[in-house]
Amino acid sequence: MATVAHLDFERAIAEVEEQIGNLRDMARERGLDVSSELRSLERKLHGLKQDTFRNLSPIERVQVARHPRRPYTLDYLQLAFTDFVELHGDRQFRDDASIVGGWARLEGESVMVIGQQKGRDMKENLNRNFGMPHPEGYRKALRLMKLAEKFKRPLVTLIDTPGAYPGIGAEERGQGEAIARNLREMAALTIPSVAVIIGEGGSGGALALGVADRVLMLENGIYSVISPEGCAAILWKSGNEREKAATAMKITAEDLKGLGVIDDIVPEPTGGAHSDWEETAGALRDALVRHLGELTPLPVEELRRRRWAKYMAMGEWRTAR
Amino acid sequence: MAWFRKPKTRLQATDRRDLPGDVWEKCPSCGEIIYREKLKENWNVCPECGHHMRLPATGYIGLLLDDGSFREYDRALRSGDPLGFTDLKPYRERLAAAERKSAHGEAVITGEGTMDGIPVCLGVMDFSFIGGSMGSVVGEKLARAGLRALEKRAPLLIVCASGGARMMEGIFSLMQMAKTSAVLAQLAEEGIPYVAILTDPTTGGVTASYAMLGDVNLAEPGALIGFAGPRVIEQTIKQELPEGFQTSEFLLEHGMLDQIVDRRRMKPDIVQLLRHMLGLPAPDEFALPSPAA
Ligand SMILES: [Zn+2]
Repeated sequence: MATVAHLDFERAIAEVEEQIGNLRDMARERGLDVSSELRSLERKLHGLKQDTFRNLSPIERVQVARHPRRPYTLDYLQLAFTDFVELHGDRQFRDDASIVGGWARLEGESVMVIGQQKGRDMKENLNRNFGMPHPEGYRKALRLMKLAEKFKRPLVTLIDTPGAYPGIGAEERGQGEAIARNLREMAALTIPSVAVIIGEGGSGGALALGVADRVLMLENGIYSVISPEGCAAILWKSGNEREKAATAMKITAEDLKGLGVIDDIVPEPTGGAHSDWEETAGALRDALVRHLGELTPLPVEELRRRRWAKYMAMGEWRTAR
Repeated sequence: MAWFRKPKTRLQATDRRDLPGDVWEKCPSCGEIIYREKLKENWNVCPECGHHMRLPATGYIGLLLDDGSFREYDRALRSGDPLGFTDLKPYRERLAAAERKSAHGEAVITGEGTMDGIPVCLGVMDFSFIGGSMGSVVGEKLARAGLRALEKRAPLLIVCASGGARMMEGIFSLMQMAKTSAVLAQLAEEGIPYVAILTDPTTGGVTASYAMLGDVNLAEPGALIGFAGPRVIEQTIKQELPEGFQTSEFLLEHGMLDQIVDRRRMKPDIVQLLRHMLGLPAPDEFALPSPAA
């Protein structure tokens, strides 16, 4: 593993982790028994992680959701699923690497998995466009959804994007149309669907994979109509107010569960998903199995009736006078 | 076709000085001075150069529907403040100010009426209400209009004009895209025509939902239409945008629109399309809209 990047508020955690590493190295080199010192340091580490992660502020969650070591779609495909076969291309323009998808098995059952994919380093990020899809990415996703529908297999989407890419080519090729079509087609799918926000749920570019029977969020994920930075720049007229914007927009899993926008929260390990990929993937797998288990017995018309009723209820309004 | 070729009544330079400002307006495109009354008769299209100035939401009801046929839906629906949102000002205050200025209380008017006798359900967005931004009420009113269209098996028309999301409603603003699209999915399955009419400007979440989902996507000439706003794109790519980028004409060229329609031809053109989609015989002649409604 490359050097572990850490966030500002993780500094104390990183320091103790380094001490533990040094102690282990020293013990190995000199053949010393340091088990009691190690135990005490590990207790300290666990306490620190609990204190730090129990009460993250919304803007800290934004940082965790964007953590460079956070597991991405392809990591979950390795850890929570088996037998993954990637399928490429929209059959119209090109293969957009910022969205990946294909067949995989969830506890032995074939499902279609589609998700945005960020890069781990600059070179991969250039290829994957930092997880910001072009229209052809959304069109590939739609092709794969239709493939799942054809063979009557459930759909799982993993959402992790700053947003749909705002660029000349994206507009020329109909970014709005591509997203809109996915919303309409996902609403009409005749297969059960579960969408999970695994990191950043950035606006329409996230929703284009996010219309589903069940919408889940990882504990430290965020989901919002605009980035806190964008919201601050427009409404506060200052990019420095992103903390206020992050809080005011109610973008955390807990907030969104309370508002009825998401159905369930997938717990993360104490130090965040990036601290233990295996454990996070295990929790994701359990949640997917549970929700798909509830959805698959439902007749298609009942499934769609419930899906439509869920979206019809979204929002808040009152009657004047 | 008298309305199409009206005799020119150009004002002389000497006359212009004496005209009070509320009687005439200057075309921002060709600079022509036009009598307000004449501009209104021409549905706010410059008689000289054809430039389409903004038409208020109520204007489109008169433009598209048969006189006196409009019946409004859900007139009393108002936004709540689901997040208790405050930026530099509380959202409640912004809403109250916008509601005071508007006769319709939100950024969309919905209802039903007839077009050359064909019953239709109609939604018209109002850009003057918080930039035509899409919050819960915009989504709810349009979704209800769509469900009524489904029930009546009547075509649905939406005139779009929007700066994008109602950020002060956060995630609920985003969810209106899913809600309206889910209703359009049901209309599509039932074979009920949906016509999207894009006017200046149509951007953001509206473009990425119902504006682009028409069985026919029509736009007025010269409208700004896009998903991302031009400034966001410029900041991202750090380049200047090409001439004419994100105009109706650009979208037509790139295959995103069926047609660009002159506002003054919009009613007969839509009726012609509806008659095709509804399996009705061709109209003998195109009835002309009358602004005197
Ligand atoms: Zn003019």
